[in-house]
Amino acid sequence: MNAISQPPANIIPAEHNSGAVTVQGLTRRFSNGPPVLDRLDLTIAPGEFVALLGRSGSGKSTLLRTLSGLDPVTEGHVSRPRDVAVVFQESRLLPWKRVWQNIILGQTGGKAGRERAGEVLEEVGLGHRGDAWPLTLSGGESQRAALARALVREPAFLMLDEPFAALDALTRLRMQQLVAGLWTRHRCAVLLVTHDVDEALLLADRAVVLESGRIRTDLPIPLDRPRRHDDPRFGHLRSILLDALGVHDDD
Amino acid sequence: MSETTLRHTVHTARPVLTMKPHAKFQLRGWHTLRRYLSPVVLLLIWQIACSTGLLSTRLVASPTQIISTGWSLIHDGTLPVNLGVSLLRAVSGLSIALVAGIGLALIAGLSRTGEDIVDAPLQIMRTLPVLALVPLFILWFGIGETPKILLVALGSTFPVYLNLHKGIRSIDPKLLEMARTLGLSRGQTIRDVILPGALPDLLIGVRFAVGISWLMLVVAEQVNADSGIGHMMMDAEDFLRTDIILVGLFIYGLLGLVSDQIVRMLENRLLAWRPAQHRKGQPV
Ligand SMILES: Nc1ncnc2c1ncn2[C@@H]1O[C@H](COP(=O)(O)OP(=O)(O)OP(=O)(O)O)[C@@H](O)[C@H]1O
Ligand SMILES: [Mg+2]
Repeated sequence: MNAISQPPANIIPAEHNSGAVTVQGLTRRFSNGPPVLDRLDLTIAPGEFVALLGRSGSGKSTLLRTLSGLDPVTEGHVSRPRDVAVVFQESRLLPWKRVWQNIILGQTGGKAGRERAGEVLEEVGLGHRGDAWPLTLSGGESQRAALARALVREPAFLMLDEPFAALDALTRLRMQQLVAGLWTRHRCAVLLVTHDVDEALLLADRAVVLESGRIRTDLPIPLDRPRRHDDPRFGHLRSILLDALGVHDDD
Repeated sequence: MSETTLRHTVHTARPVLTMKPHAKFQLRGWHTLRRYLSPVVLLLIWQIACSTGLLSTRLVASPTQIISTGWSLIHDGTLPVNLGVSLLRAVSGLSIALVAGIGLALIAGLSRTGEDIVDAPLQIMRTLPVLALVPLFILWFGIGETPKILLVALGSTFPVYLNLHKGIRSIDPKLLEMARTLGLSRGQTIRDVILPGALPDLLIGVRFAVGISWLMLVVAEQVNADSGIGHMMMDAEDFLRTDIILVGLFIYGLLGLVSDQIVRMLENRLLAWRPAQHRKGQPV
């Protein structure tokens, strides 16, 4: 397994602390404006599934981009596992490479690459579309392919930035089931950015809410799996999260 | 960019075939018939006008005259020889243009320093009408092959450069970001993301370049040359041979059509990843 991305110099590889993700005092501002992230602290244990919520513009994507190494760390410390993978809202597949070639892009696979791509595509239920051109995939299929491309790298830390936001409600439910299943099998640490409180409750061990540049709410979700959307125990947790997001559903 | 492109669209535009491969045969037959009916009628009228003396052959030769002249030009070797010379000039000039245009666009597109050095002079030069350089080229290079090939090369370098440069610069930044998170090296990113992403624009540039290369050739061969289709036509002018001039015109038209078709075929081949509705012409 080769490295996904060499962490930038200012991100410390987390071999010494057993693959956890640690963010300490991370501050990020754009061109002297108010800080988007303001001395933010966050820890994600190996294999832990954390959902990140927050209002639009609260800095969720900014945090994710910093963790993935796309944005620099200027103030504060970030350490994370070496092998990470990101899935964005758009699948970002290369239209000129077939689906299976997209999956193993940048992998030094050789002849086994094709086979490996086939296995992962099978896992996300896309085994029959390996030879297709990405522009012929539906929205849901594209996101499955993007998931497969992330999984093939066997990341220790998987970041998902509203991966299902552009999908219809039914497809989104399917994708949530898929992610739940994949996570049970692969057990990598996951940071899922979402606007959907129910999605967080369905999937995560912990839901954190980002507000004014910091984690203001850190809510454990101690429910056993598999979880169901209509679980009555969701009610209480849901109202806490909605409260933290500034939405009050009981008045 | 847009200026050049617009100006040159004229030379490459041609009626697009709208036939669908799966259309019913009868329908297709009717369409084909309708498409060719009016040209045939026009030809007939032209022929009749010439035969009855309505049109003087000093102005325009009749279609049958053109055909028989064309035939004899082929037989006595005049046409094949001149066509060969013209083709060689076009192909050489176009090859130089491709190498130069692609090279310069890569330099300007892939590095900021390269852009600063290359782009400004090219943007200034492209506003010059290349044909105005003909006198200067004759002074510099005489009347051999060099000025003709260089004129073709110069004219068709710009569309190749401009379109490829634009293509490289307008690669979706999200894909570049993805390449970074996937850990692709700079070389891999250029090979797998930037170049294939810019290919559609390059092919558009090549199509314009092909059109322009014929235009340049016509001028270069008519101003001073002792061979080539253009020379054959100019020669005919001295003897009032409108039939030969029209044969030359027909050959130019044919060359334009065939070369455009070749580029289209190339597009369909290389851009097979685009869904059918994005592509023009017929599916592969
Ligand atoms: N490159 C940038 N330059 C300037 N400002 C930026 C840049 N990127 C993000 N911002 C600002 O930082 C803030 C946080 O943006 P971010 O994209 O992280 O929000 P988000 O929580 O992901 O929002 P959403 O839920 O809508 O995706 C916003 O106010 C945004 O305008
Ligand atoms: Mg966002």
